[in-house]
Amino acid sequence: MSTPEAEVMQPSTPTGPMIRTLMGIAMLSGFLVVLTYQLTKPIIAENQRRAIEAAVFNVIPGAVARRDFVINEGELHPVTADKPADGILIYAGYDSEGDLKGVAAKAAAQGYADLIHILYGYDPSCECIRGMKVLKLAETPGLGDKIITDANFVANFEALDARLSSDGQALANEIVTVKQGSKQNPWEIDAISGATISSKAVGKAINQSAKRLLPDLVPHLDKLVQEDNTVDRPEISDE
Amino acid sequence: MGKDNNTITWETFSEGLWRDNPVFVMLLGMCPVLAVTNSAINALAMGLATTFVLLASGTLISLLRHSIPKQVRIATYIVIIATFVTIVDYTIQAISLDLYNALGAFIQLIVVNCMILGRAEAYASRNRPLKAVTNGLGMGIGFTFALLCLGVVREILGAGSLFGIDLFGPRFEPWVVMVLPAGGFLVLGAWLLLFEWLNQRKERAELETAAETR
Amino acid sequence: MGTESLSFIFLNAVLANNFVLALFLGLCPFLGVSGKLNTALPMGLATMFVMLVSSVCAYLINIVLVTFEIEFLRLIAYIAVIASAVQLVEMTLKKFTPGLFRSLGIFLPLITTNCAILGLALFQTFKEYDFLQSLIYALGAGTGFILAILLMAGLREKLELSTMPSITQGAAVSLMLGGLLSLSFMGFAGLGG
Repeated sequence: MSTPEAEVMQPSTPTGPMIRTLMGIAMLSGFLVVLTYQLTKPIIAENQRRAIEAAVFNVIPGAVARRDFVINEGELHPVTADKPADGILIYAGYDSEGDLKGVAAKAAAQGYADLIHILYGYDPSCECIRGMKVLKLAETPGLGDKIITDANFVANFEALDARLSSDGQALANEIVTVKQGSKQNPWEIDAISGATISSKAVGKAINQSAKRLLPDLVPHLDKLVQEDNTVDRPEISDE
Repeated sequence: MGKDNNTITWETFSEGLWRDNPVFVMLLGMCPVLAVTNSAINALAMGLATTFVLLASGTLISLLRHSIPKQVRIATYIVIIATFVTIVDYTIQAISLDLYNALGAFIQLIVVNCMILGRAEAYASRNRPLKAVTNGLGMGIGFTFALLCLGVVREILGAGSLFGIDLFGPRFEPWVVMVLPAGGFLVLGAWLLLFEWLNQRKERAELETAAETR
Repeated sequence: MGTESLSFIFLNAVLANNFVLALFLGLCPFLGVSGKLNTALPMGLATMFVMLVSSVCAYLINIVLVTFEIEFLRLIAYIAVIASAVQLVEMTLKKFTPGLFRSLGIFLPLITTNCAILGLALFQTFKEYDFLQSLIYALGAGTGFILAILLMAGLREKLELSTMPSITQGAAVSLMLGGLLSLSFMGFAGLGG
C-alpha cells in the first residue's frame, strides 16, 4: 500500500537542475539536522546522566554522588569527559561524606522475550549485592515484569552474597536462581513462580557479570576511595 | 503538476478526520498504529510526532513543488521526511527519555509511514502550502484520533488504567493480552468491524427511506 | 551485547520476535498481498532478498558513520542508501535475469518503503551485531516474514470459501486472523531461555 514509483518517461529534465535540486535539498536537510542535534545534545546528555544517576543511587543504598571508572584487562581507569570509555564501565557511588558506598555495573541476559538489561550494586563492605534495577525489558506484562514489582523477589537483592573465593579469582559461590521457596543460602535467588525464566535471567546476568568483574575490581577497591572529599561529577554521556 | 486549485474548503480539512481517515478507512501507516498503542500516552505522543512530520514535510514540499524535477521527486521527498523525523527523534529524547524508550525505534520508523509519503506525493506536491497544511492537519488529527482510539481501549482493558491513572483499583484483573501484540490486531479488527457495521446500517436506512418515499 | 549465538539470533528473529506478528513491521504487504498463496510467496522471497541487501548496506554505512562520528545522519543515510541499493538491484535483475525480474521485480519498489526493511537496519544497529550476526538476523527476519505471510495467505484462501457475515468482508477479519496468529506465535517466546 505504499506509493509505487511511477516510472513514467517524462521529457527528460537536463541533469544539471536535477543534481542542483538534490544538492540543495541535501544541504538544507543537513543544516536542519545538525542544528537540532547541536541544540538538543546538552539536554539529552543531561537527561541520560540523570537517568543513570537515579538508577545508580537506587542500587547503592546511601549513595548521593557517583564517579565512573572502566576496568580494562585488570586495570582500573577513571573515565573523563574527553577520554572515551574502553572496557567494562562501572559506577562508584559515594555518600555525602565522600565515602565509597558501593559499585554499580550493568548486566544483561536472555529472558523470555528478549534481553533483560539490569543494573546491580555491589557493596564491598559486606561483599554482597545490595540492589538490582531493571533498565530495559520486553517481558510479558503481568508475568515477566514481576521481576520489577514482586516484593519477595526484589528482597533477594538486599544482601545477595557475592564473596570471592580464597584465591580471589572467582566467586566463592556461584549466584544461582532456585525454585520459589527453596532459597537456603545467601547466594541463592528465590525465583517467582510463573516467571521462572525471567527470574533465572536476572540471576544469570548477575552471576556472569560478577564472575567477570569482581576478581578484577576487588584488588583495586582502594583506588575508588577518593583522595579528597570533594565530589566531582564528570559529565559523561553514557552509552 | 496541473493547475493549482486555490480554494480551501472545510472538506480540505475534514476529509482526513473521518471520510478518508488514514487508519480506519485507508489502512495506512499500520506499523506504528499497532506497535505503540499499548498505552494512551504512547499513542498520543506517536500521533503528535507523526502529525508534526506530516505538517513540516508537507509545507516544505509544497513550497518547493515547482523546483523539484519529476524524476528525483521520490528521493527528495524521502530525504525531506527523514530530516524532520530525525528532528522529532532528538526532540523527544530531549523532552523525556522514558517516553523515548517506550516508543523505541518506532519514532525513526515514521519515515516509512506510507501515509506521509502518500500525502506528499498526492497532495503537497500539487497544492499551495496553506492548503497542504490544512489537509495535513486534518490527516494528522485523524491519525492521532485513531491511535488514541486503540491506545485508550488497550490500556483500559490491558492495564486497568488511563494515561497512567488507575481506574478500577487493585481488585481489577488486567486483561493482559490486550497490551500484547495480539491485542493490537484484535482491537483494531474490532474497531473496523464496528465502523463497517455502522456504515452498513446507515446504508440500509438510506435504502429504506428511499423505498418509502417512492 | 552482540554475543548471542548465531542459531539463537536466527530462531529469535523467525519465531519469538517475528517481525510481523510480534514487532508489527511490514504490515502493509502482510495485509495487502496476502490474499493468494501464489502472490504471497514471491512477495515474501523478494522481501527477504531486500532485507539481506539492506542489512549489508546498513552495516557498511554504520561503519562509515561511526568513523566520522556523524551518527545523527543515520536515518537519512540508511533510507537513501537502501532505496538506491534496491533500485540498483532491480536494474541488474532486469538486465541479466528477466525471468526472475518478472516474478519478483514488481514487488521491489513497494518493499523499499516497507517498515520491516528500515526496522531491520535500525535494530541490527541498536543490538550492535557484527557482520555475520547481521546477515543471520536478516535471514531470520526474512524467513519469519515469509512464514507469516504464507500462513496468512493460506488462511485467507480458506476463508474465501466460507460464508461470513457481511460486516466482516474486509480488512477487519484479516486483522482478527493476524491477532490469532500473533497469539499462537507468543508460544514460541522463551525458546531462548
